[in-house]
Amino acid sequence: MSVTASTAPAGTSDRAGASRLSGTFYRGDPAMWSWVLHRITGALTFFFLFVHVLDTALVRVSPSAYDAVIETYKTPFVNLLEVGLVGAVLYHALNGIRVMLVDFWSQGPRYQRPMLWGLIGVWAAVMIPGTYFMLERTVSTMFGGH
Amino acid sequence: MSAESLTLDKPRSPRRPAARRNNFELYSWLFMRLSGLALVVLVLGHLFIMNILDDGVHRINFAFVAGRWASPFWQFWDLAMLWLAQLHGGNGMRTIIEDYARKDTTRFWLKMLLYASIALILAVGTLVIFTFDPNIAG
Repeated sequence: MSVTASTAPAGTSDRAGASRLSGTFYRGDPAMWSWVLHRITGALTFFFLFVHVLDTALVRVSPSAYDAVIETYKTPFVNLLEVGLVGAVLYHALNGIRVMLVDFWSQGPRYQRPMLWGLIGVWAAVMIPGTYFMLERTVSTMFGGH
Repeated sequence: MSAESLTLDKPRSPRRPAARRNNFELYSWLFMRLSGLALVVLVLGHLFIMNILDDGVHRINFAFVAGRWASPFWQFWDLAMLWLAQLHGGNGMRTIIEDYARKDTTRFWLKMLLYASIALILAVGTLVIFTFDPNIAG
């Protein structure tokens, strides 16, 4: 949240097409989009958490009530949503670390942009095998597996 | 440029509200970072165990939950995750409401709705962790 105006280095683009030489711009910069994505992923996770605590609370009702709801988590469509959830939370976590480094590390503001490319790389490196393991069983069942 | 008079408050005008009444926003800012650091471990660990490890979500059922909550370690893990995530997420949602609500009444009621949902989820979640009964079926 604090990756704000002052952190964008000189020479970055501005959406309005203003001069690139006359100063620093935050608007339209990748740093701005990293903040937008941080908000969206955070809000979506909050709404999921609301549902998730209530569905888990069914263990206090009966094993069969809990098992019935958990079965929906194993359907192909919801399984795909879980990949989205993990991707959203992972981005939020990695970008949160970046925000903390910008705030507390003396060199953080200087390296905010390379850190953004770095976190995208880490995100992809985790999500590619992660998606495979999350969807492996669903896909093999759908296409005539066991 | 015409020399029109600007209607600006005098910097020390008595009607101007105090710039800072208390340090709540400072502490909430700090809390977001400290809880965020803990949640990186708690939540990513939780997601890895529940969605990726072994058979992922396909092995989760009542018996699986009972097996995990037999251990005080995982009970404490889940309790800490519940409270930190709910307060961290709730504070984030509060920031979003403050930023985008245009009318004071909208802002007020959205925040009341938010606080009610935080209280509900914390109460239900805490109750479930502390009163979980693996033999509930009898």
